[in-house]
Amino acid sequence: MELTINGVQHHIDVEPDTPLLWVLRDDLKMTGTKYGCGLAQCGACTVLINGNAARSCVTPVGELGSAAITTIEAIEQDEIGQRVVAAWIRHQVPQCGYCQSGQVMAATSLLKQTPHPTDDDIRAVMVNLCRCGTYNAISAAIHDLAGDVGQEGAKK
Amino acid sequence: MRNASFDAMAMSDVPVNLSRRRFMLSSAGIAAGAFVLGLGVPQRSARAEATKLRGTKVPAFLEIRPDSMVRLQSPFVEGGQGTFTAMAQIVGEELDADPATFVVENAPPGDAYVVMDNGMRITGGSMSIRNGYSAMRRLGALAREMLLQAAARQFNVPVEELTTQPGRVVHAASGRSVAYGDLAHEAMSLPVPNPANVKLKEPEEFRWIGAPVPRVDVHDKSTGKVVYTVDVSVEGMLHAAVQHAPRLGMTIQGVRNEDQVRAMKGVHSTHRLPGAFAVVAERWWDAKRAAEAALIDWQEPGPDTTMRVMPADFSTEAFRKELADAHGPGEDAETRGDVVRGLKNAHTVVEATYASQYVNHAQLEPPSALARFNPDGALEVWVPNQAPDMFRADIAKRTGLPVEKIIIHSQMLGGFFGRHFLYETASPYPQAITLAKETGRPVKLIWSREEEFLRDTLRPMAAVRFRGGLDRNGIPVALEAVSATEGPTEGLNNKRGDRLDDSALEGLTGKSYDIPDRRIAQHFVKSPVMLGYWRSVGNSMNDFLYETFLDELADKGHQDPYELRLHLLRDNRRLTTLLKSVADLSGGWKRGPFTAADGSRRARGIGMASPFGSEAAAIAEVSLENGRVRVHEVWEAIDPGKVVNPAIVEAQVNGAIALGLSQVLLEETVYENGMPRARNYDGYPILALNQMPRVHVKIIESGEKMGGVGEPPLPAIPPAVVNAVSTLTGRRIRSMPLSRHDFAS
Repeated sequence: MELTINGVQHHIDVEPDTPLLWVLRDDLKMTGTKYGCGLAQCGACTVLINGNAARSCVTPVGELGSAAITTIEAIEQDEIGQRVVAAWIRHQVPQCGYCQSGQVMAATSLLKQTPHPTDDDIRAVMVNLCRCGTYNAISAAIHDLAGDVGQEGAKK
Repeated sequence: MRNASFDAMAMSDVPVNLSRRRFMLSSAGIAAGAFVLGLGVPQRSARAEATKLRGTKVPAFLEIRPDSMVRLQSPFVEGGQGTFTAMAQIVGEELDADPATFVVENAPPGDAYVVMDNGMRITGGSMSIRNGYSAMRRLGALAREMLLQAAARQFNVPVEELTTQPGRVVHAASGRSVAYGDLAHEAMSLPVPNPANVKLKEPEEFRWIGAPVPRVDVHDKSTGKVVYTVDVSVEGMLHAAVQHAPRLGMTIQGVRNEDQVRAMKGVHSTHRLPGAFAVVAERWWDAKRAAEAALIDWQEPGPDTTMRVMPADFSTEAFRKELADAHGPGEDAETRGDVVRGLKNAHTVVEATYASQYVNHAQLEPPSALARFNPDGALEVWVPNQAPDMFRADIAKRTGLPVEKIIIHSQMLGGFFGRHFLYETASPYPQAITLAKETGRPVKLIWSREEEFLRDTLRPMAAVRFRGGLDRNGIPVALEAVSATEGPTEGLNNKRGDRLDDSALEGLTGKSYDIPDRRIAQHFVKSPVMLGYWRSVGNSMNDFLYETFLDELADKGHQDPYELRLHLLRDNRRLTTLLKSVADLSGGWKRGPFTAADGSRRARGIGMASPFGSEAAAIAEVSLENGRVRVHEVWEAIDPGKVVNPAIVEAQVNGAIALGLSQVLLEETVYENGMPRARNYDGYPILALNQMPRVHVKIIESGEKMGGVGEPPLPAIPPAVVNAVSTLTGRRIRSMPLSRHDFAS
């Protein structure tokens, strides 16, 4: 089976129903994408599939075909991803950091879809769990980028 | 004995030349010990010195690289609370090195890293900064002194003529300077100066302590580069998953399909462990699927078991009733005046029972451990932990290996919250060690989220019978609280100690309100669930219980809850300032109910707490949406005496508010038939971004003795919210979480 991850083709030999998460972590040793729940509940495993946020813990690799997969390892090679990371640093978002790979991927996906997200957009889309409670820092970082990307600004 | 003398030589005020010889010889190993013993250092003074000045072995902590980057071994484990950054600030301040040039790692076990004033090494109890502050400052100052000495030799000038700029030693008279990185090799082989002679900076000279210095780990944490235990891999490693017995204490009677399980794709081997069935495979996913496929007959423990057994009929709902109905005088934890007389003479007596719930840690990183036996007989274990020395000692006991043969790797923790204390039945490392031994290969074991919810330790549940006496003016003059509960320490020891478990009652005890006659007591009721420490421990529930009953007393006495607290704190300047500060922060005390700009009916409530050496007060503003409580704003003032990093304090306040809200709004661990009902986040919802209120933080540096930061902002939050809801609904609410209560009607 061939997978395109961060622009690189990988040949992997697994059952097609194996979740992408475990191929990334155990076969390709790309451990930036995290296991949290295995049920698409927490979002720690979020990656981009053709630019859209997806939960890799419930995504069988057999369904991926030639889709372009982006993981946190390559996030700074993505123009929007790089800005998200910069905003995460500016707003000092992470605490323990375990959920933050997924949060950064989810925010990158949101900004690709919606360059000027409102507070309601952020609340609707940023559903990944964070036990450290970095939610307000996440919102502030995304609002910052919303203003950064366009003129309107989305601040309340 | 050799070690004790060795320590003494490093720390006591022996002549410098002897100390220096000691240090140079120390690299010769045994010879150094022989030499030191030959000096005949009196054993008693050696011990006394060794306990007096901790954390002075500079080379054990610090490595300054040729590029002047500073590698610091932190005695405190990082798990999001920001201790690595604070350590870099504190050491960097006295070393005169920018915290941004620090690489901070978790130090290995060992006496050298015991720096806390209380002689322990544990990251917990919000103790790291307040207990490590002095030692870590001294460490930085000692290292700076060594760099100055090395530069004095290099420049051939008296050390008094030298000074430092961040990362450099400067000789102003000749205009010469040299980077720390170019001095480090020589400096670190010099004797550690006598700590008693090292001068620390005056606080007004501080450049980094007290400043909102950026965290040292944010870029790595924003780009997936941090390696948590769950991410570690070593050559030849196998992956393991387990299926635990449904109830603690049960063991495997038989596995009906073990042959089929062994034949599943990728499976290396199957293993029967105490209370668990394990599958080892090439990939974790294969191991997990196979472990879950196993059809196991579990048998009940025998009558002679020493384990804490979970009975088949245990239910939290029934236990909650049992606690509420538990009558007894209890044992005194804190008394003042005469509560019997106080209640007898009171104009009005108010009685009510308040209750808390079990809660899970629910940290995002599932438990894991990696074990490897090396050819030289050493055992390496990667294990999430808050106390590496305790874990090493436990592993030594389990394996029979001497501690010298056990190497502990402490990675960054994917969430702290008290989950990584030494909980025997809630930790995968004993299983990983067994599996590594049985397979002859390194094994990384990860507990699935479902297994974690089955074995996580829980914050205790309590039912507190309150009696409060009001005088004729409606002012509380007597208060009795008897808590039917088992404390986490009592739970861990599986028995009562010689004295009461402070962690059961803190938050009922330690309140500062001037109520002349009072009594706080515990009525011990053993519970079958495994108990643990949860962020802010006893305070996480007890301040809720106390502060909501205080509001009930205020209502009964027709007092405003804010004015009443001010009255009860009238002789306490620190808490009066704190309470007024949070009211000011919220734009002035406004209880409500009132109609907000968006048309919603809202109310505000107050909570206060004195946890872990700090003081906190919070106000929450709530409304009801479709019968559910929505928290719009939280204002919190915290006084930890003084702070090292206000930005991290503010982040910790935000995090503690989130966890406090999660607890009061949503969380409750429910057991039915001896099993937890929730095995994943779908059944155990935790606070999400769309439930997070706006947060406003005020840090007060009163200059009082330094207190903790990680836990103290949490306990005031649940009562602030519930008191607001009671005001809004006109209904007295006496238990958490609010999702238990129906506000639709």
